[in-house]
Amino acid sequence: MQSSERLDLTFSALADPTRRAILARLATGEATVTELAEPFEMSQPAISKHLKVLERAGLISVDVDAQRRPRKLEPGRLGEAVDWIERYRQIFEQNYQRLDALLEELQARPSKRKRAKK
Amino acid sequence: MPKPAEVTLPSDREVRVTRTFHAPRQRVWDAHTKPELVKQWQGYEGWDMPVCDMDVRVGGHYKWRWRNHEDGSAFGFFGTFTEVDSPSRIVHEQYFDPGDMDFAMPVGDPCIVSLELDEQDGVTTLVCNLAFASKEARDGAVSTGMTDGMEHSYGRLDELVMAAA
Repeated sequence: MQSSERLDLTFSALADPTRRAILARLATGEATVTELAEPFEMSQPAISKHLKVLERAGLISVDVDAQRRPRKLEPGRLGEAVDWIERYRQIFEQNYQRLDALLEELQARPSKRKRAKK
Repeated sequence: MPKPAEVTLPSDREVRVTRTFHAPRQRVWDAHTKPELVKQWQGYEGWDMPVCDMDVRVGGHYKWRWRNHEDGSAFGFFGTFTEVDSPSRIVHEQYFDPGDMDFAMPVGDPCIVSLELDEQDGVTTLVCNLAFASKEARDGAVSTGMTDGMEHSYGRLDELVMAAA
């Protein structure tokens, strides 16, 4: 899968508040489907659906060897999505720092109109 | 120092950048609409901006082009202003100019770039919203930056950077 397709999956998985809450919960440690369903007052099938989306996006994984089949966070993919935004942010920020400098210079420099009046 | 830029994804096909400037709104507006000022900050380390034509009025066109100091390669953006409400809001439709043609031609759907400026106590908040034609266009426009062939993807990344203006 290409990185842009992976990002598509990651971002659409993250575009849902329940799924973000599940990730936040899993950030504190692994949990079973039953444990995850509890705080959300959702049926297990509904939670399982969300978990499938997260799993497909590579954001969580299932420990198939353990009897309880706990879900756990896969921080790598989340990091990739954060990097994407961060890289983007930095490019804007570099431009805006140059703009800061220009604005400061304009502030310090008397405007042409004022100078002409003198 | 102003707070660093914040980037959010308000929908599947949008990117929004928010930044504050310690300057009056009119001055930030001028820096975005007067070519002689735009040329001084908008761009990229190692690139200069030989073309910066802007006819800032509704229906007016603009053309920006950057040239790499080292290898002379060029790319740019061009488009049309669709809303101009000085000094608070400007919207333009933007096309990417990949730089290998003598003249720019619209390719695909434009990115709708809107810039809003709001001033509170001498601090100006800028919100720049980029609305792409599709989610694929949005993700494709920046995700190339993930692949570490950074130099070659600068053109696409710059598309978004320059769209900030």
